[in-house]
Amino acid sequence: MTQTLIPTQSSGAMGAEPQKTLWWEFFTFSVDHKIIGIQYLVTSFVFYLVGGLLASIVRAELATPDSDLVDPAFYNSLFTMHGTVMIFLWIVPAVTGGFGNYLIPLMIGARDMAFPRLNAIAFWLTIPAGMLLMSSFFFGPASTGWTAYPPLSILTNEHVGQVIWIGSILLVGTSSILAAVNFIVTIWSMRMPGMDLFSMPLFCWAMMATSVLALLATPVLAGAMVLLGFDLLIGTNFFNPTGGGDPVVYQHLFWFYSHPAVYVMVLPVFGIISEVLPPHSRKPIFGYKAIAYSSMMICFLGLFVWAHHMFTSGTPDWLRVFFMVVTLLVSVPTGIKVFSWVATLWGGKLRLESPLLFAMGFISTFLIGGLSGVMLGSTPIDIHVHDTYFVVAHFHYVLFGGSVFGIYAGLYHWFPKMTGRMLNEFWGKVHFVLTFIGMHLTFGPMHILGLQGMPRRVAQYDPQFAPINVICTIGAFVLAISTVPFVINAVYSWFKGEQAPDNPWNALTMEWTTSSPPIPHNWVGEPVLLTGPYDYGEEYKEARKEAAIAASQALT
Amino acid sequence: MRKNNLVSVIVIIGLIFAASIWYGRNNGLLPVAAGDEAVLYDGLFNTILGIAFGFFLVVEGVLIYSIIKFRRRKGDDTDGPAIHENLSIEIVWTAIPTVIVMWVAIYSFDVYTAMQGTQDLGGMAHGGMHQTVAKSETMPMSKATIASSNSDGVLMAGTLPAGSNDVLAINVSAMQFAWIFNYTDEIATAELHVPVGKKVRLNMNAVDVLHAFWVPQLRIKQDVIPGRETYLEFTPRVVGEYPVVCAELCGSYHGGMRTTMVIDTPEDYATWLKEQQEIASNDPDAIVASRPASVTKMSEQEYLAGKVAQAGGDMHMMHMSH
Repeated sequence: MTQTLIPTQSSGAMGAEPQKTLWWEFFTFSVDHKIIGIQYLVTSFVFYLVGGLLASIVRAELATPDSDLVDPAFYNSLFTMHGTVMIFLWIVPAVTGGFGNYLIPLMIGARDMAFPRLNAIAFWLTIPAGMLLMSSFFFGPASTGWTAYPPLSILTNEHVGQVIWIGSILLVGTSSILAAVNFIVTIWSMRMPGMDLFSMPLFCWAMMATSVLALLATPVLAGAMVLLGFDLLIGTNFFNPTGGGDPVVYQHLFWFYSHPAVYVMVLPVFGIISEVLPPHSRKPIFGYKAIAYSSMMICFLGLFVWAHHMFTSGTPDWLRVFFMVVTLLVSVPTGIKVFSWVATLWGGKLRLESPLLFAMGFISTFLIGGLSGVMLGSTPIDIHVHDTYFVVAHFHYVLFGGSVFGIYAGLYHWFPKMTGRMLNEFWGKVHFVLTFIGMHLTFGPMHILGLQGMPRRVAQYDPQFAPINVICTIGAFVLAISTVPFVINAVYSWFKGEQAPDNPWNALTMEWTTSSPPIPHNWVGEPVLLTGPYDYGEEYKEARKEAAIAASQALT
Repeated sequence: MRKNNLVSVIVIIGLIFAASIWYGRNNGLLPVAAGDEAVLYDGLFNTILGIAFGFFLVVEGVLIYSIIKFRRRKGDDTDGPAIHENLSIEIVWTAIPTVIVMWVAIYSFDVYTAMQGTQDLGGMAHGGMHQTVAKSETMPMSKATIASSNSDGVLMAGTLPAGSNDVLAINVSAMQFAWIFNYTDEIATAELHVPVGKKVRLNMNAVDVLHAFWVPQLRIKQDVIPGRETYLEFTPRVVGEYPVVCAELCGSYHGGMRTTMVIDTPEDYATWLKEQQEIASNDPDAIVASRPASVTKMSEQEYLAGKVAQAGGDMHMMHMSH
């Protein structure tokens, strides 16, 4: 620990004095990408706690086979709101809005995002979206699953809640589109002199792929939402079969966005992992180009897999075969990433502190989600387990074991940069252990439940599944408790934690060349690109020293 | 040293292979296979699970090994080796998964074809993509086309393959929150009975919202969609009682939308069918009563209360009451 805290002479800091952002600035329409990034992260984390609370009530209901804790209609609202909050108000804003905004300009040596005001608007759309969604608890919240399949979502008793839900999705969708435009332009046109596409950090590649997906797919979701809203409010029949509408068309529109949404939620996290592994294992990332290209491959293939959510929906056979093959192909670029990360660790000097622990936790759990994803990609396998707890297990391994573990890895890694304070390492390890155990206890046994015959989205189930459900419920409570040490650690450290040096991890990406926290507009002078983002290794150290000297002489 | 390394790598790979094959065959994760299709399914599932388990062991093994072997030692502040890439290794770990998933795709396609009996891959949609009206126009009505009309006036039509004597066709109607199985115009039951060894075809239609017909022991599932017909085919092979589960969220009591499928011996099935015939002829109102005219206009509680009262003892699909 003490070793990592030795401040290094970061040549780019050039006398930048860290400036604390005053607390009230976080509540303003600030156009500083760093403030917006932290606004996103804190807001989305609050919604994570809300979503977690909803999930805890769901798991408490499922501790017994009967529907006995909450009203069955309200139970449906609970998991609907849980899914919606976790996807649209936690993971998407945290990984794109939060990490994306904070890191992209710093990593490419830019002063800010390309469109700072647009950026602030995108953030301030998520607040009314979240408030709107929460307000539906006063009117009977949407209860038709986060998928809101018609005709159920048209005939629902929670009419007002469903309309609010649609409005909320439209707002976050708009926010997502605005952010995507901003990221694409920023990464494409605002890189510092000397930084070509292949010397950007891999997080930038990931954000590029994510933004392309968000930009292409989100408008289709918005279209589906508008049509569903018309059906609901003014009685049109786009999706209502009694008037000649087609409910399956909605599913196509919905999944055309919502499968790519999974990659919107994991691609930035892949980027985070590629940033966290090298400095903490003291090795260059293994296979830079393969990882960069695989992000673009996932982006491309991800647009053509949506109907694998509809293998039982009455889709024509040839479509099922097409979507099966493309879905299985996604495992190839994903596999390349996993193997490259593992190869990055191999032979390194692993500093097993919270960031690396969460990153390795990410690899080990995301792997399971990826492998069950290959199983689900196979049409006949999917037909049996579709809409069962096997699928619930799969996507929680992807989105909890993947996204959330990666978000935590990123938070532990960049917390010193964002706040100028170190997080407490002991409580970080406690947090990791509790999260890891809770995660596997909650979601591991769900694979068995699904294969054995337990459908998802049910408040009551066959008593034969009770023992496994009890294990899942205990795991969920462990997960709920696991956030306590993190929240206390983060809040305490933000104000009273050990002062962080500019570059506590001796990392090489550009954000570590300025002060912690960075000054407004990021650098005092022009930032200078001295090393590649991943030039770790003894061989490079000498060369780097010489380059630093040469650069500083050129500047004076 | 180098030779020892090679030997241990080969031994480890061998062990991983053995463990994967063993786990694929002995995972015990699936319930009993009660239909011919389930047997095919289990073969595919166990194979893919074995492959996945192999990858799992390799990656997790390397991670655990790295934690032990490559953790930073006290006082060591140096970096690791500056290895950026290794093209041949990367080609290998791209090629092997590509070949494996393509093989999985072909194997899956074969099993899928065998399970679903997809003769219609070239043109006609599976699962009733056509609206029922369009279907009855385009299909020749001669060959054992069954058409019946339920009390909602929705035309229920399904075309059976040639030689339909070998196939038992049952019209299935799904509604919040019950399954109704129509064997003939008279016989409508809440429990699904099928004889062992005879191919069954379910022609399915939903009254209100989406439902999905699922029998875990058959490993087959199909959404039941209002306004269009979907179907499922299977061949029962193990006598017993199995759950019929609704797998698509359909409202408050979705979790209670369960009933039983009984795979009977042919004799038992004949006896059961005769009993049902007698019940139906004694009480013709029972069938009408089991088909609600407009479920969606009523609240769920009202509907359920009425439903239980009308259906009496025979319709004990309302599990939520206990």
